[in-house]
Amino acid sequence: MTADPEATVRPDPVDAEPDGLSTQPAPVRSWHGGPLALARNSWRRLTSMRTALVLLFLLALASVPGSLLPQRPLNPTKVDQYIADHPGWSKILDAAGFFDVFAAPWFAATYLLLFISLIGCVVPRLKAHGTAMLSAPPAVPRRLERLPSADSFSAGGTPEQVAAGSVRRLRGWKTVTRVEDGGVVTVAAEKGYLRETGNLVFHAALVVLLVGVALGKLWGYQGTVLLTEGQPGICNAVPLYDSFRPGKLVDGSGLAPFCIDSLDKFSVDYDPDGTPAQFRADITYSLGENGAARKDVLEVNHPLRVEGVRVYLVGHGFAPRFTVTKPDGTGVKNLSAPFLPQDPRTLLSEGTVKLLDTVKPQLALYGTFAPFAALGPDGKLTSLSPQPGNPGVAIQIYRGDLGVDDGAPQSVYSIDQRQVAIGALKQVATAQLIPGKAVTLDDGTKITFDGYSQWATIQVNHDPGQTLVLWAAGAVVLGLLLSLAVRRRRLFLRITPAPTPNSETVDNSAPVDDGARPDRDARSVVAVGGLARTDAGSFGTEFARVVEQLRDPSPVRKD
Amino acid sequence: MPVNAGLATLSDHMFTWSIILYSLALVAYCGEYAFGRRGKVASTSPEQVLVAAGAAPGPGAPAVKSVSAPPKRPRVRTPQAERFGRVAVAATVLGLAVQLTSLTLRGIATHRVPWGNMYEFASVVGAAAVIAYLVVLIRLPQVRYLGMFLLFPIVVLLFLAGTVLYAPAAPLVPALRSYWIAIHVTTISIGTGIFLVSFVATVLYLVRRRWEISVEAGRTPTRFPVTLGSRLPVTDVLDRMAYRTVAFGFPVYTFGIIAGAIWAEAAWGRYWGWDPKETWAFITWVVYAAYLHARATAGWRGTAAARVNIVAFATMIFNFFIINMVVSGLHSYAGLT
Repeated sequence: MTADPEATVRPDPVDAEPDGLSTQPAPVRSWHGGPLALARNSWRRLTSMRTALVLLFLLALASVPGSLLPQRPLNPTKVDQYIADHPGWSKILDAAGFFDVFAAPWFAATYLLLFISLIGCVVPRLKAHGTAMLSAPPAVPRRLERLPSADSFSAGGTPEQVAAGSVRRLRGWKTVTRVEDGGVVTVAAEKGYLRETGNLVFHAALVVLLVGVALGKLWGYQGTVLLTEGQPGICNAVPLYDSFRPGKLVDGSGLAPFCIDSLDKFSVDYDPDGTPAQFRADITYSLGENGAARKDVLEVNHPLRVEGVRVYLVGHGFAPRFTVTKPDGTGVKNLSAPFLPQDPRTLLSEGTVKLLDTVKPQLALYGTFAPFAALGPDGKLTSLSPQPGNPGVAIQIYRGDLGVDDGAPQSVYSIDQRQVAIGALKQVATAQLIPGKAVTLDDGTKITFDGYSQWATIQVNHDPGQTLVLWAAGAVVLGLLLSLAVRRRRLFLRITPAPTPNSETVDNSAPVDDGARPDRDARSVVAVGGLARTDAGSFGTEFARVVEQLRDPSPVRKD
Repeated sequence: MPVNAGLATLSDHMFTWSIILYSLALVAYCGEYAFGRRGKVASTSPEQVLVAAGAAPGPGAPAVKSVSAPPKRPRVRTPQAERFGRVAVAATVLGLAVQLTSLTLRGIATHRVPWGNMYEFASVVGAAAVIAYLVVLIRLPQVRYLGMFLLFPIVVLLFLAGTVLYAPAAPLVPALRSYWIAIHVTTISIGTGIFLVSFVATVLYLVRRRWEISVEAGRTPTRFPVTLGSRLPVTDVLDRMAYRTVAFGFPVYTFGIIAGAIWAEAAWGRYWGWDPKETWAFITWVVYAAYLHARATAGWRGTAAARVNIVAFATMIFNFFIINMVVSGLHSYAGLT
């Protein structure tokens, strides 16, 4: 899988694969030879370029359902809805992991095979590349004029002198000078080894990247908690979160020691046209046990990074506050519960305030909260804006048994309709209130709407692999740039002694070699040939330039 | 800050004008194509073409360059074709200037980078593709008349952008208010524009290839797309054009994805979460990687690799239109209602 995107023009002993691809020659077709031969053949087939290509296509194809079907990690509710809407075959899809594609065994199998294929291809290439960098460029071909780029010129000096001067001019090229029969000297030069280096860096970086991703999946975690202004916060411990997604090897112990002591204030900046410009959560946090309290502001795009975890602001909403006063004058103040936004544009929200122990029988205030209240044409409460300019609630008051004592979990945002159905919970009043207004129930209990607090959802994420992933990603880009931009090219010179010219044609101004004294009478014919071994590109231009430099009679500058 | 309505309207007008100018250029390219001497371009050997192209380097305007052609380059154009070609390039450059002005004005009007919704993104992709084509033109002036094949999808894209995808100038949601939008969206759109050029070259490659197969078999192609083959450059030139654009666009696109991941880490709490848009970016990346490999694999070179390139671009288009408009996800910034 580690081919040069442009295959070699001419194979040579250094990388002799005709395709420049698989590390292996023709697959042995015979099944004879026992398990060893079978294993060897399977390995060759797996590390062949064709297999890698097929695996790449499979990987792309396997990702498709992950984007078109609802996925559990992204939206479990949608998955449940989908399964409910499509009974029958959705069960099969579920069993086959189609609702969590990127954790499905078949998806893992695809990319693991691909990476094994990649490693099986990269390791031999790494060896070959090391050898290539250490060994001399290959012998000069017999017929240079047949190479894609070829030229020839005559130069003053013996072949040895011309060769020495040429080598000095070929800066940045790896050269080797060889002597052939008849006083002929050849120079072979090669350049652009960084292409293969980049190629190997790219593929190795992909492996490292996968390791980094795996680290995160195994030892990372994500905890989410809803905090309301003015109420106590939490520490970084599994049971305190509203939801906690551990990595495969996280047992809940040894989480980073820090606490979010409180959400002090949540605020939104608005543009003049009412568009939210920035969400802001002022928090107090502390590190370790009994650490000093520190302040920070969480904003969208600006998490708090501390103790190897990142703290994000991921959601917000309103929590209406009520006071319940019993006929005897006793009561409960500052009753509130987070209401969930139903419409992200107006933040019309829905929720329930439950009084379980403080009053008998139990009470529930179920309804909607509008930050900017208005009455719709149907008399229902709506909201005109997410900005809390005119808060209001529309509540239904239920009295009776909320059904929380039987142990079954129930939503904190709604009441259990089964309790209503069996008559254990009765609606006793409805009211639309603005702050300061109250409604009195038939038993004399008074419920006052005091106003609202805001809440924010805070997410604490830990991913021990992400720094590694970032470095690997950087190496991926660097490797790609090298392997796609650098071209490996070769240049060959064959310098043949020319018959001694007569005095009329002597070019006295051509001291080719500034080191040795040029033989005044000697002349040589230089045949030059060159080729780009990968992606010819503008090699023609470069070749012309190099030839120009080689025939330039001025002495080589020493610097 | 409030949107400057006057500038926004001016920007919209200039956008319309850029489409008109590109359409004009399209007509002129058709003229160049129609008046070009039949078959001469086709008979040019790739080596000659490449050496000739490289032999006269320099930044000068493409239209000027082709006048002072080195004698080595085969004569392939009639005077009429030459005139049409120059008008076409001039209209393309003018259209690009107007389009870039339109984008700049929208940026000034909204006080942000002008690529925050599908309309703006499509406009940037179109501009990037035109720039990529002009760069190719400097390297390979003899493919100038291929501008008609490139401008056609660009005009269609911009037309869709101005009608179906259009969103009025407006500020961005808080999640998008980050300097990363300038890095992530810019690189992705440049990559997309370059891939568009590669896609066009690949389609032409397949047409030309069909034509060559027919001719080698002694048949005269009569069916429409194949008949175009007689005036297209040889397959080798088209294949290289397709490859080199991908070789340039792929690292850019890779960097764009990584920049997106870095931004996602700050904005959404994780660098990668298989959001539908991310998933399709991954699919596109994998298929382009497959293209680069296929081009170096015996049995996949040529037509098969070209098809992979086409599939890769199709995944890109799917990601842009279907994922934005049909599938909901975190990247739902289309600005459509």
